[in-house]
Amino acid sequence: MTIIVTDTGFRVDDFPGVIRPLAEIEQIQEGDGVEIGPADDPRALVGVLGQVALIRVRFPAFNDGRGFSHARDLRSFGFHGRLRAAGHVLADQYAMVRRVGFDEVEIDEALAARQPEDQWLARANWRDNYYQGRLRA
Amino acid sequence: MSRRFSPKVVSANDLIEGDAVWLTEDDRWTRDMAEAELIEDEAHAAIRLLFAKGQPNVVVGAELVDAAPGPDGPVPTHFREAFRTHGPTNYNLGKRAEGFAPRGHIPGNEAL
Amino acid sequence: MYTYNEFDEAFVRSRVAQFRSQVERRIDGSLTEDEFRPLRLMNGLYLQLHAYMLRVAIPYGTLNPSQMRQLAHIAERWDKGYGHFTTRQNIQFNWPRLKDVPDILDALADVGMHAIQTSGNCVRNVTADHFAAAAADEIADPRPIAELLREWSTDHPEFQFLPRKFKIAITGAPNDRAVTRAHDIGLRMVRNEAGEPGFEVLVGGGLGRTPMLAQVIRDFLPQADLLPYIEAILGAYNLKGRRDNKYKARIKITVFENGLDAFKADVEERFARLRSQWSGVDQEILKDIEAQFAPPAFRNAPTDDYEAFRAQNGVFRAWTDVNLHPHKVDGYTIVSISLKKHGATPGDATAHQMRVMADLAERYGHGELRVSHEQNIILPHVHKSDLPAVWAALREADLATANIGLVSDIIACPGMDYCALATARSIPIAQQIATRFEELQVEHDVGPLKIKISGCINACGHHHVGHIGILGLDRAGVENYQVTLGGDGTETAAIGEKMGPGFPAEEIVGAIERLVLGYLEIRRDAEETFLETFRRAGPEPFKGFLYGTEETADAA
Ligand code: HEM
Ligand code: SF4
Repeated sequence: MTIIVTDTGFRVDDFPGVIRPLAEIEQIQEGDGVEIGPADDPRALVGVLGQVALIRVRFPAFNDGRGFSHARDLRSFGFHGRLRAAGHVLADQYAMVRRVGFDEVEIDEALAARQPEDQWLARANWRDNYYQGRLRA
Repeated sequence: MSRRFSPKVVSANDLIEGDAVWLTEDDRWTRDMAEAELIEDEAHAAIRLLFAKGQPNVVVGAELVDAAPGPDGPVPTHFREAFRTHGPTNYNLGKRAEGFAPRGHIPGNEAL
Repeated sequence: MYTYNEFDEAFVRSRVAQFRSQVERRIDGSLTEDEFRPLRLMNGLYLQLHAYMLRVAIPYGTLNPSQMRQLAHIAERWDKGYGHFTTRQNIQFNWPRLKDVPDILDALADVGMHAIQTSGNCVRNVTADHFAAAAADEIADPRPIAELLREWSTDHPEFQFLPRKFKIAITGAPNDRAVTRAHDIGLRMVRNEAGEPGFEVLVGGGLGRTPMLAQVIRDFLPQADLLPYIEAILGAYNLKGRRDNKYKARIKITVFENGLDAFKADVEERFARLRSQWSGVDQEILKDIEAQFAPPAFRNAPTDDYEAFRAQNGVFRAWTDVNLHPHKVDGYTIVSISLKKHGATPGDATAHQMRVMADLAERYGHGELRVSHEQNIILPHVHKSDLPAVWAALREADLATANIGLVSDIIACPGMDYCALATARSIPIAQQIATRFEELQVEHDVGPLKIKISGCINACGHHHVGHIGILGLDRAGVENYQVTLGGDGTETAAIGEKMGPGFPAEEIVGAIERLVLGYLEIRRDAEETFLETFRRAGPEPFKGFLYGTEETADAA
């Protein structure tokens, strides 16, 4: 079972659609999800952003920061759907994830056991003390 | 046959203090390298390293480093390890200043 | 000078609290060492050979006296009574205990300082000309821009996990004292034909194992476009930079492998797309920052007593000859305090010395101190009439060495004495060279000469841009030193040329001595510096001095 983390803590995954790999971009239907990895180019999704309901950005390692730029880029292309960071994301990165435009994080049970809910909730105040927010306003 | 295994000690840094420590035969971490267990067998070395890595809340960066038998116990074979038993050479600080006898040889530093 | 507003204060306090929790969670096992490592590095905490090391940022190298006193306090309370000022305008404490680090960070926050992003694969402490707002040749004070960049880069959510570290330097003067061409991004403040302020933007410089000089990516970037443009560079690098090989991960390699044009196209596309996210609030904030860097109330006073004392005291005169730099205000001067006493560890200052310097800045220096990338401390605004008093106080604290810019003003990284990555020592080589040249009594005759020493290929001691660079290597378990010549970190930047085989530790000092004495033989006249002579005569005569062959200037 995977766990979804939001500003209110842990919950079960309630996304009803299928999540397709980028290679199946041709088969995407209204309401589907799609998944990209760090090395993928999110520009490939520009034509289907209106149909896609969720984009899952994979973080194979917490220190591979490409997913943060992917989120920024997807938002700048006009994606307004659900944006999910999935994989090895740390509670200590939760504020970063939210600030670049992700809505939620998907982690596995082992990580959730080591970094329980309170450690994530501690960064639910990610809107505070935010230099970037202040500079861009 | 594989080449001969050169003797090793397990070394790490203390998690809280950050200073150099070595693993003894009776599973302690010592600050005097001479008390460390000198490991002469490759399979045993792997076991001891695994044991050390199993203590992440005590030490950081456990690894096997080359050592040789000396008069009081293991001594380093490379000057980098000698520095770790010794402290920096620009001030009298670190292990030396804490009363541990330097082990091994730092070139050009015979006076110390 | 900039003082923290409520926002900055709340931010650093919350960061300290987060780090305190991270340390606790490391100790209780919630965080593995692999996970904790980048988090501690983001807060400036390294693990070295003998202990942890805390690197504290001195943004754009500027300190006020209470900050300097707090550094002294930290050195005494939690360290071993001294600190090491580095080439990146930071200070390093070599002996903190993990448990004490959150308290040290709180003590820093008390004086508006932090250790955030002094390490890790993020945007590092932004460095600037150490003579900013004082030097006679300056176009504009780079520090407000550097402060804006500090705020922009701090905790930037997109760029905390870049392929590799990222260093930005800025200069507001045509004479580049910030080594901008050896940085990932170098910024030079310029004006366009219409007189509007902006930047020449350089990208892709770096030292390390593949030294490269930065190239111009934009000749003129309007001031208001700075943050979005830098963000576009970082975004392009974050996605394109190599993550498979840490030695190829710096932006210099990204630019080199993709070519400047392709990289620039990427940057410009991002810039065009993201520019509209910036409403201009950053420029309002910049105006507030600029107001805080208003010049001090300079005095108008006679300098006759200074001239008289100078005429009568030869030791003082020698010090004023080399440790002063022209100030833009009449009657004032810039004082460089040498942390390079012959035989001492370059860049180290004791807690007592820090307090003496803080007192002098307060009493005679309009409350300002700077840290130079050459590991010295600067009093940027001293009235000449106060120089005798300043000098006397410095002498008492062993800080009046007259050697700025000379042979013994050596940059040296910590090397094998402290650094876990080192292949050889740097500090003792610097000590021995300085001591030797003091014995020879030739350094004032030799004139400007920059020796820079690194203890491994990472080049923290800037050896590639030293007129004489020394790189310490491990040759089969023995320290060995390779010499490069002709490097230059200024506006005429150049990477030094490798000479022949290296020298063992016992021979390197003699080799440097032969080089320098050889230079004295072949220079055209006393005005021709070491670097100029090298550029004119080429490497051959210098190889001759090093290796004892008979070649002269006209050979090959
Ligand atoms: C003592 C612990 C230190 C460690 C572990 C360390 C590590 C490194 C590494 C790995 C590099 C190479 C980066 C690359 O090319 O990708 C590097 C470069 C550099 N470091 Fe350090 N360093 C240390 C201390 C210092 C000190 C004390 C200074 C300032 C005196 C410094 C300033 C620099 C500079 C200027 C460079 C080269 C410029 C560049 O980034 O290309 N470092 N350091
Ligand atoms: S150059 Fe090498 S030895 Fe010197 S501080 Fe940097 S990493 Fe350490």
